[in-house]
Amino acid sequence: MVLQSLKNCLWLSCVLRTPKACFWSTASGGLIIQSVSNDVYQNLAVEDWIHDHVDLEKQQVLFLWRNSPAVVIGRHQNPWQECNLRLLRQKNIKLARRRSGGGTVYHDLGNINLTFFTTRKKYERMGNLKLIVKALKALRPQLDVHVTDRYDILLDRHYKISGTAAKLGRTSAYHHCTLLCNADKFVLSSVLKSPYKGLKSNATPSVPASVKNLFEEDASLTSEMLLDAIAKEYAVQHQIDHHITLINPADETLLPGISNKTEELQTWEWVYGKTPKFSVSTCLNMAHKDSVLDVKVNLDVKHGRIEVCNIDLPEQWLPPGLYSELVKSLTGSKFCPNEITTLVTTLLSACPQDNELHSRWSLLCENMIRLM
Amino acid sequence: VCTHRVRSCSSIRFIKSKYVCVFDKSALKFSHQQRLFRTSPVSCGQIVQFKLSDIGEGITEVTVKEWYIKEGDSVSQFDSICEVQSDKASVTITSRYDGVIRKLHYSIDDIAFVGKPLVDIEIDASKGVAPEEDVVETPPMSHDEHTHQEIKGHKTLATPAVRRLAMENNIKLSEVVGTGKDNRILKEDILNYLAKQTGAILPPSPKAEIVPPMRKTEAVPAAPKDKARRIPVPVSRPIAFSGKDKTEPVTGFQKAMVKTMSAALKIPHFGYSDEIDLTQLVQLREELKPLAEIRGVKLSFMPFFIKAASLGLLQYPILNASLDENCQNVTYKASHNIGVAMDTEQGLIVPNVKNVQVCSVFDIAVELNRLQSLGSAGQLGTSDLTGGTFTLSNIGTIGGTYAKPVILPPEVAIGALGKIQVLPRFNGKGEVFKAQIMNVSWSADHRIIDGATMARFSNLWKSYLENPASMLLDLK
Repeated sequence: MVLQSLKNCLWLSCVLRTPKACFWSTASGGLIIQSVSNDVYQNLAVEDWIHDHVDLEKQQVLFLWRNSPAVVIGRHQNPWQECNLRLLRQKNIKLARRRSGGGTVYHDLGNINLTFFTTRKKYERMGNLKLIVKALKALRPQLDVHVTDRYDILLDRHYKISGTAAKLGRTSAYHHCTLLCNADKFVLSSVLKSPYKGLKSNATPSVPASVKNLFEEDASLTSEMLLDAIAKEYAVQHQIDHHITLINPADETLLPGISNKTEELQTWEWVYGKTPKFSVSTCLNMAHKDSVLDVKVNLDVKHGRIEVCNIDLPEQWLPPGLYSELVKSLTGSKFCPNEITTLVTTLLSACPQDNELHSRWSLLCENMIRLM
Repeated sequence: VCTHRVRSCSSIRFIKSKYVCVFDKSALKFSHQQRLFRTSPVSCGQIVQFKLSDIGEGITEVTVKEWYIKEGDSVSQFDSICEVQSDKASVTITSRYDGVIRKLHYSIDDIAFVGKPLVDIEIDASKGVAPEEDVVETPPMSHDEHTHQEIKGHKTLATPAVRRLAMENNIKLSEVVGTGKDNRILKEDILNYLAKQTGAILPPSPKAEIVPPMRKTEAVPAAPKDKARRIPVPVSRPIAFSGKDKTEPVTGFQKAMVKTMSAALKIPHFGYSDEIDLTQLVQLREELKPLAEIRGVKLSFMPFFIKAASLGLLQYPILNASLDENCQNVTYKASHNIGVAMDTEQGLIVPNVKNVQVCSVFDIAVELNRLQSLGSAGQLGTSDLTGGTFTLSNIGTIGGTYAKPVILPPEVAIGALGKIQVLPRFNGKGEVFKAQIMNVSWSADHRIIDGATMARFSNLWKSYLENPASMLLDLK
C-alpha cells in the first residue's frame, strides 16, 4: 500500500517536472489510461496522438473513454448513407469521422469505448475481444457473451453489444471497440437510419444489427463497473498494476500538438470532405398549385462538394438565365444545407420581384436542400 | 571542391571558421568519394516495385480506398502512400523508399493483394536505400545529392520539410539532436541548433531557458576585432521560411457575398450619419431585461432599434420599397421585414424578422433569439433568409463608430449601428453629464431616396430611441 502511494507520488512529481518523457515511458509492460473528457473529437484526437507519438515496443496501452451523444462513422464511409443528418442537426448530436475503418456507431454516456494500442506486429483483435469477454464473465458468470468471427461481441447469441474497428500504421496499430452498457436504444435506431434516397457510392456500408444493453440483462451493471473489470483483466494479462491513470485530452503539455489534432477532426473537410465520391439520383415530387411535378435530379459529389449538377425541369418553368445561374452556383459548392441555402437566397434577391417566380424558386430550392 | 568553399564563404555563420577547418582536413578524404558519387548519372534511376507488405492476421487482400500521391510525385521514406481497408481495419501504407512515383497499380476501390506490387518507384541510383549499407558521411553543401544524409549506416529520420530547412541553412542533420519519435529530427530541433550557432534569441518557450540579452552585445564587438570577418554578423538571423501564397476557389458564403455585392454596385449609395443619446433607453432596457428573462427571452437593444425603424418606415414608406430592374417602377412593400446582419463562423448572413409592423418589442426579441440560435447552428431556412425589405447591421457589438454599409438588393436602404460609448455631453441647462452615445450610419439608394427623406427618417428614429416613452404614442 505504502509502496503504491510512494510510486504514485514519484509519478506525480515526474509528471510535474517533465510530463512527456516520464509519463509515456514507464518501466512496466502496460499502461491503462482513462479520459476525463466526454468530447468525441478530443478523445479521437488522443487516439491519434498515442498512435503517432508513443513507443509501444516496451509497453502497450489500454485507453478507456466515453462520449456525450455522437455518431461516429468509419474512415471510408458516407455520412449521408449512414445516418439521419437532419435529425443529428436538430438534436445537436455531433458527427465525427474516425481514422479506423469499419461501420457507423452511436455513442452516448451509456456506451464505453476501449482502445488497445500495440505495435504493428503485436496487433491481434481476437485476443483483445476475448479479454473483454473474460472480464465480463468474471464480473457476471451467468452472462452469455461470446466473440464472433466478424469481431462482434454478441449477447445471448443474438444481440450485438460490441463493434470493432482498427487502424494500422507503419509501426503502431490500435484496435478499438464499443460496449453497450446503458445507451439510449431509441435514439440509436432513429439516428442510424438514413432518410436519403438515391445514393450510389462505394463507401463502406454498415451492417445493421439488433442491439441490446448489458444493463437490460443485469440491472446492477454500470459503465464504471465494466470499465473497472476490463482494466483489471488487462492488468492481469499484462502483469501490471491495476491502476487507471486519468488523462485530460486538453492538456497540451502532456500531449503536445493535441489541440491541432482535435481541431482537424472537427473540420468540414475531414468529417464530410473525406467521403468517397458518390452520386445522388432521385426524383423530387414538388406539389405546386394544383399539380405535382416530378423533377429528376442527378448530382455527383466528390470531396463533399457538388461536382456535377443536373436538374430536369420542365422548359421555361424557371427563366433559363436563372436556371443556369443556379446550376453554376451549385457546382463546386459544399453538399451542405447551410451553404446552399445562403447561395440560393442570394441568387433570388438578384431576381425580379415576381411572386410566382419566387414561389417556384423557393419550392425547388427547399426540395434540393432536403437532399442534404 | 574549390567551388564548394566559395559557396560556404558567402553564407554568414558564426562557426564558419570551424566548418572551413573541418572541410580543409577532410577535403582530401572526401573528394575521392564525391567524384565517385558524381560519376553515376542522377537522372537514370532504378524502378523498384514496392509490394504491399503483410497486414497481419492472415489477411491476403485489401481494398484501396485513397491515394495520397499520384504518378510523378516525389516521395520520401515514411511518407504516406495510400490508405487501404480490410475488414474494419484501415491501414496507412508508407513508402520504404525515396524516389518518384512512376506507376500506381490500382485504382480506388480495387482489390490489392498482399505480396503483389502496389506502386512503382523510381529510385535515384546514387542514393541507395537499404539502411544496412555503410555510407560515408559527406559534406552538407552539395544540394542536389543530399535529400537525406546517412551516418555510418544509420539513417537520420526527418520529414522532407525538415530536410529542406536544414539544407537551406546548410546544416548537417547528423549534427542535430532529434527529439521526435525514434530520434526523428523535428523543425524545432533545427531551430534550436541554429539558435545555438548564431546566438539568436528565440521566443522563450515555457520550459526553455531565457537567453540573457547580454549575448547580443557580446556578439557585436566580436566582429570588428576579428579582421578576417569584414561582413558584420547579424545577431538574430531571420529564419528563411518559404511562405507560399495559397490560392483557393471562391465558394460558399464568399460566393454569395460576391454576387450580392456585385449587384449592389449598381446602386448609387449616399450616406447619412448621426449620433443618438441612448441614456434613457439603456435604463429602460435594464428594467425590462429581468421581465424578459422570466419569459425565457434574452433582451438586447436590437428589438428596440428594429421596432423604432418600423415606426419610422410607416411615415417614410419609400425606405421600405424596391426599385425594379429598369428603374421604371417603385414597389412600396407592405410588410416591414427587417433584416439583421449576423456574423457566423461561415460568414455573413442576413435573416429577417417578418412583419415587424405588427410585432411588439417582445415578439421581435423572441424572433431574434430564434434566428440567432438557428444562425449559429447553421440551420437557417430559405424563408428566414428571403423577403427582407430593410436591414440593420449592429456592427457596434464588435466595434466601430461610423460605417459605410452596403445596401442589399432589392432593398433601398440600410443602417449600421456603432458601439455604445459613454461620453460627456451638455444637457439643456448647460451642464455636462454622462451620456450613452451610439452612432448610426445610413446608406440609401439615391435614385429614389433623397437626403432630406433619409434625414427626417433618421430624426424620427432617433427621437423614438432617445425618448422611448414617445414610442408608446405611435405603437400599433
